[in-house]
Amino acid sequence: MGKTLAEKVWDEHVVRSADGEPDLLYIDLHLIHEVTSPQAFDGLRLAGRKVRRPDLTLATEDHNVPTLNWDKPIKDPVSRAQINALRENCAEFGIRLHPLGDIEQGIVHVVGPQLGLTQPGMTIVCGDSHTATHGAFGAIAHGIGTSEVEHVLATQTLSSIKPKTCAVTVNGELADGVTAKDLILYLITKVGTGAGMGYVVEYRGEAIRKLSMEGRMTVCNMSIEWGAKAGMVAPDEKTFAFLEGKPEAPKGAEWDAAVEHWKTYFTDADAVFDKEIVIDASEVTPWVTWGTNPGQGAPLAGHVPVPAEFDDKIERTAAENALEYMGLEGGTTLRDIAVDHVFIGSCTNGRLDDLRAAAEVLKGQQVADSVTMIVVPGSARVRLEAEAEGLDKVFLAAGAEWRGAGCSMCLGMNDDKLDGPVRTASTSNRNFEGRQGTGVRTHLVSVPVAAATAVRGTLSSPADLASVPA
Amino acid sequence: MEKFISHTGVAAPLRRSDVDTDMIIPADFLKRITRTGFEDGLFFGLFKDPEFVLAREPYTQASVLVAGPNFGTGSSREHAVWALQDFGFKAIISPRFGDIFRSNSGKSGLLTVQVEESEVVALWDLLDADVGLEVTIDLEHRTVSAGEWSTSFQIDDYTRWRFMEGLDDIGITMSHDDDIVTHEAARPSWKPATLGR
Ligand code: SF4
Repeated sequence: MGKTLAEKVWDEHVVRSADGEPDLLYIDLHLIHEVTSPQAFDGLRLAGRKVRRPDLTLATEDHNVPTLNWDKPIKDPVSRAQINALRENCAEFGIRLHPLGDIEQGIVHVVGPQLGLTQPGMTIVCGDSHTATHGAFGAIAHGIGTSEVEHVLATQTLSSIKPKTCAVTVNGELADGVTAKDLILYLITKVGTGAGMGYVVEYRGEAIRKLSMEGRMTVCNMSIEWGAKAGMVAPDEKTFAFLEGKPEAPKGAEWDAAVEHWKTYFTDADAVFDKEIVIDASEVTPWVTWGTNPGQGAPLAGHVPVPAEFDDKIERTAAENALEYMGLEGGTTLRDIAVDHVFIGSCTNGRLDDLRAAAEVLKGQQVADSVTMIVVPGSARVRLEAEAEGLDKVFLAAGAEWRGAGCSMCLGMNDDKLDGPVRTASTSNRNFEGRQGTGVRTHLVSVPVAAATAVRGTLSSPADLASVPA
Repeated sequence: MEKFISHTGVAAPLRRSDVDTDMIIPADFLKRITRTGFEDGLFFGLFKDPEFVLAREPYTQASVLVAGPNFGTGSSREHAVWALQDFGFKAIISPRFGDIFRSNSGKSGLLTVQVEESEVVALWDLLDADVGLEVTIDLEHRTVSAGEWSTSFQIDDYTRWRFMEGLDDIGITMSHDDDIVTHEAARPSWKPATLGR
């Protein structure tokens, strides 16, 4: 019997396997940021251990860096202490760090791919649940906790039970104006937030093949939001084209050898998945969330569901709780929901491609008076490239704010935090209670929907803008 | 890590599904660089309600939490586990756990006890009918019991062994250094490195 993509990558990295024990898996790349690492370094110091492979480790500052005055000392003493701890730890243990002010500083999941460090067939971990983003290149990439960060620092391995595999096949093509974000939000609504638990998911089928690398990253990024351990897409010519010439991609003869090997990373025709989900791309339309988990979503053209419509008691209670928190009535037309805030950014939708899509919608338009909009590039490089294309001018002319790079309002660990009960349309990945500030009501949306919503002041798609006088 | 063979303590019914890690401990508390003292951030939003179960007696003394499905979904923050442990929890019972949360708990010595959803509902009803009822988790026999009621739970042999022996993962792995060295020697040269080659 053949192997799935995930099995091929897994098997190549098994250092040791014994009956009744988890496999010991070699880790090709360990990414680090300031939030989940300090206690791990402390653990190393306490035990007198070293970092085994600083050369397979990379750190960046992202979660609580300021996006305003980022070139000045950090004002918030707690954030500053955490950043300083990272800087000291990296210096002490010889780890490469991209600090604020460096062109490669930014959200850890934007930085890996832009450097070309994220490559097919790798095992990549980070103390961050959205590490699944890197799976878009055909890597097994997943989040780990701080004890595991310490384990990887000390041993470059992870002790891990081989996960089950799941295929999500997306047949057909996404319609014009429908994005990768809509696809993943639709999927999560359809299958529920727990459906992927215990699985490494491979996204496949025509619609996935047609996605750009950025789109594939958006899809893989949100794998964790339906419980999956990791999301993957088999590498293809698009993957190789994306990587070629990137700073850390192989060069010359090494490139040829790498590509030849990368081409072996696909699921064999006779391989069997433990679970299969099939989706018809034509059912996906611009999608938004109305509740407080990413599975509580609906088509933008629809309405907020009435909790009584749910047969399952637990789902019904969850919907009731969610609507109360969100300040919404069942039956409300989604397009009538007015927002106070729009956030474009995060590791889901903070890449250059996303900013281009936002600018396309905002060009010649004005952000509604009732709305504050911030645009936060995923990395300093993305910021500079966007500025070179003049995208910042488009955002500023439309009345949006243009910021420095980082996680920002995705989770509000820096100053970019709101205070409830304000309502936001956000291109990030989590609409949990309190995620963007206490009491804040988050609607997860795609980039075009976020931009159009900013202009109209209510949840909208670019198609709705035709009715607004420019 | 402390040895865990069996534990008996007050169990608190948390009648909620999808208790995500942001709910367990909001991001604000993640700025700390210490390893202890996270109990003040536990369920920060929920504690604003004076009727919240853990704010009431006798549940301030609870050491077992009984929650609905999808407990610990969301972010990888191990602070969620530490906060639960700092509050005094030794075990969490739920029909389904977030993968990373479950793995983090395993590393830190917080036992995740997965039982059928119907059993959780039955236990909730029991706990509400008899406030302060103690629950026993017997890892050796893989059972949970309270009064007359009992059910079994699944846990893989390896994790169970580690808990019962109180063993730390890094030490176990370091004893396999030869295997790691052998694997490293066979890695292709085109694999990326962060410090140049
Ligand atoms: S952008 Fe948001 S989801 Fe992504 S790494 Fe940062 S905080 Fe996590």
